[in-house]
Amino acid sequence: MSISDLSPLSAQGGSHVRAVHDEFHGDLLEVSMGPHHPSTHGVFRMIVTLDGETIVKLKPVFGYLHRNHEKIGEGTTYLGSMPYTDRLDYLCSMTNNWAYAIAVEKLAGQPVPERAEYVRVILAEITRLLNHTCLAGFLMQDLGCSGTPLMYAFREREYILDLFESLSGSRMMCNYQRFGGCRVDPSADWLEGAKKLTDRYGAFLDEFEALLTGNEIIMTRTQGVGRLSPELAIAAGITGPMLRATGVNYDLRKVDGYGVYPRFDFRVPLGAHGDVYDRYMIRILEMRESIKILQQALASIPTGPIMDPKAKLRGFRPKAGEAYGRIEGPKGEIGFHLVSDGSPNPYRYRVRPPSFINLTVLEDMCLGHTVADAVIILGSVDIVLGEVDR
Amino acid sequence: MSDAAPTTPAPISDAERAELRRHGILLTSLQELYTWGCSNSVWPLNFGLACCAIEMIAASMAKFDIARFGSEVFRPSPRQADLLIVSGTVTKKMAPQVIRLWNQMPEPKYCIAMGACAISGGPFKQGYNVLKGVDRFIPVDIYIPGCPPRPEALLHGLLEIQKKIKGFQIAGPDAPRHLRSDLECNCPVPEFGAHDIEPTANPKVWTAPVIVRSEKG
Amino acid sequence: METVEQIRDRLLARFPGAEISVITNPGVAAQHSLLLDHAHARAIAEFLRDDTTLKLDQCSNVTGIDWPEKKITETSKVSVPDPAGGPAKVVEQKTERVQPGMLEVVYHLYSIALRHGPVILRLRTGNRTDQVTVPSLTPVWRACEFQEREVFDLYGVKFDGHPDLRRILMWDEFKDFPMRKDYVEPDDYEWEPTPHGVVLEKAKAHYPAPPPAAAPATGGAKP
Repeated sequence: MSISDLSPLSAQGGSHVRAVHDEFHGDLLEVSMGPHHPSTHGVFRMIVTLDGETIVKLKPVFGYLHRNHEKIGEGTTYLGSMPYTDRLDYLCSMTNNWAYAIAVEKLAGQPVPERAEYVRVILAEITRLLNHTCLAGFLMQDLGCSGTPLMYAFREREYILDLFESLSGSRMMCNYQRFGGCRVDPSADWLEGAKKLTDRYGAFLDEFEALLTGNEIIMTRTQGVGRLSPELAIAAGITGPMLRATGVNYDLRKVDGYGVYPRFDFRVPLGAHGDVYDRYMIRILEMRESIKILQQALASIPTGPIMDPKAKLRGFRPKAGEAYGRIEGPKGEIGFHLVSDGSPNPYRYRVRPPSFINLTVLEDMCLGHTVADAVIILGSVDIVLGEVDR
Repeated sequence: MSDAAPTTPAPISDAERAELRRHGILLTSLQELYTWGCSNSVWPLNFGLACCAIEMIAASMAKFDIARFGSEVFRPSPRQADLLIVSGTVTKKMAPQVIRLWNQMPEPKYCIAMGACAISGGPFKQGYNVLKGVDRFIPVDIYIPGCPPRPEALLHGLLEIQKKIKGFQIAGPDAPRHLRSDLECNCPVPEFGAHDIEPTANPKVWTAPVIVRSEKG
Repeated sequence: METVEQIRDRLLARFPGAEISVITNPGVAAQHSLLLDHAHARAIAEFLRDDTTLKLDQCSNVTGIDWPEKKITETSKVSVPDPAGGPAKVVEQKTERVQPGMLEVVYHLYSIALRHGPVILRLRTGNRTDQVTVPSLTPVWRACEFQEREVFDLYGVKFDGHPDLRRILMWDEFKDFPMRKDYVEPDDYEWEPTPHGVVLEKAKAHYPAPPPAAAPATGGAKP
């Protein structure tokens, strides 16, 4: 089915309560899962109404990690918000940095040198590897494969974090990108290390997939669970791997072609069913494409300055106006909407959090399934609470 | 113990104990046995709040391997846990649940404030919904600075907890909280108010230190 | 894609009586936007979503913005004729006008089907106190559901027609709207280990003032 066939009208409607069979109809049970629950990936809470073991209603409750990112962003300078973006989605600090840098560069009309664009692509794709690997590990943990896949995922994470640390000085909170370039120039040794990681990563994915992808239990538990239709996904603003798992071909790296992505040859994997298994497979396939991008970018990275020499770091005051900049983060479209009044601080600093908006359809995906399924559906959405609640 | 000597016997010296041990006799005291047991199986609560939780998970994974120190058993239920690792920003909306979890943990229990946010609010201190340090409500044993602290730092904090437990006197006025009846173990849970949580601190565990402003400042 | 002006003209032809104006963005990004009136906002949104040449099927982002009442002083040069008959003098004249306060909701629309965007819509409330209702666009794009709740929670904009308008990030008993510019946060900065900047200013209020004996009022040497 192509997108143009879809009628957006059919995607309306909020929660539809499943018809309850009357014969053994008992009382409904309301269960509060979270904010402290080992499967909710942090302090997410959902109030689940159960008929027997079947979910008939699910209301997410947010705000347990609402740490006022946007208000703090209005009280600090443009550059001062950069370290805070690291703590939004704390698995993908590099892509958050990039999204914010792109928004500010749009606001101020700041060009970026070519080498910095390549470095950004390299870091964003390594971040994608990191995020998707950890997600697959956590998803398997939710499924009940206690330990092993997560252990493998975190082993690879350490190699990636070593790279980040040697480049930026910090494992998780990299604070690496600047308006008009990047903070430090990666050395030839670093690029060599990134190349080694890239060359090795395919073998790790083979190992990981041999363990998981064809596993009968995983297939039985995930296939057909948490289906999402492409119509609803588009209407609800779902982005990222979750949207592509429903078969909608929409990847901002291709659509917007930001950075130097148009120079690289890669494919956009698409799902067919929009269930948990598709969402898992999309991420594995995306990692394979990321490796391709990394190989091309590392082979063709040009020399040159890493920062635009005219870029202003201190006393940065963009003209009054506003801009919305977005990139394809590992979790979906991460965007920043900035309103400037000509002062050193943004007048309004808004983050478009992909995992928050992706949760819009959580209830629709969970209705009719069991609690055990709700746990893996939530796991397959890929949420990070720092970004959901900000 | 009915045939105990009326006077306190002289404590056995380390040299004598080593000598006995050479002969295959292991001699210990109840205190040593108790603190040795307690300190080497500190089970943390499987409770992640924010960014630091990822590093906490990393500490339990293969590279850092918290199991070397007896703490690999992350319990999802507070009823089975000894150690609350406050791993991340405690928001005002989350504070009542954190305190409730602390109250549900059985004694002996310990608390680590992991990361700048748990210590003082950290980078998010200016947030209207951010609690400026978890020690305003629950007693904290070890503070681990960092944003986030590396897994090694968490392991160091765990070793410090173990050191602290090994120093416990199990009887007398210096006994820890859980061995005394005159100290309250539970902390009152604050309520959601119209503008803030009420009360904003637990005066039994936290009072603001008095600092006199210098003339310049 | 059509320009914002073309879209406005087409909308005006389609919805006679609607008040639609283009808000120009003076910045480099030049992402201009359309200000809609409340009566036609939802019909226009549905039209934009279903129109074959636009097909704006994705509402990506919803932002709330607070604009408190602001005094704007404008300086203009006026030539005053000299009563004595000499050449006219140019005098600077200052006019003060009060820009009324309002809350604004901004929608960023994209088309997944046709891969273009953004088209930016704006809705404005009458003031910041009692006329804070705008029509909800959640029935048009489900993506607005949580984001409009967030704007309601943090700014106090009421969305008419929203299916489930409750606080989302703060607790239900909370009464304030914290993202408004005039929000005063609870002062719980009793003691800070490393105060600086704004925090230092707030923490200072809780420090006792230095004892009067130390005050150099008598001109005595400081220790």
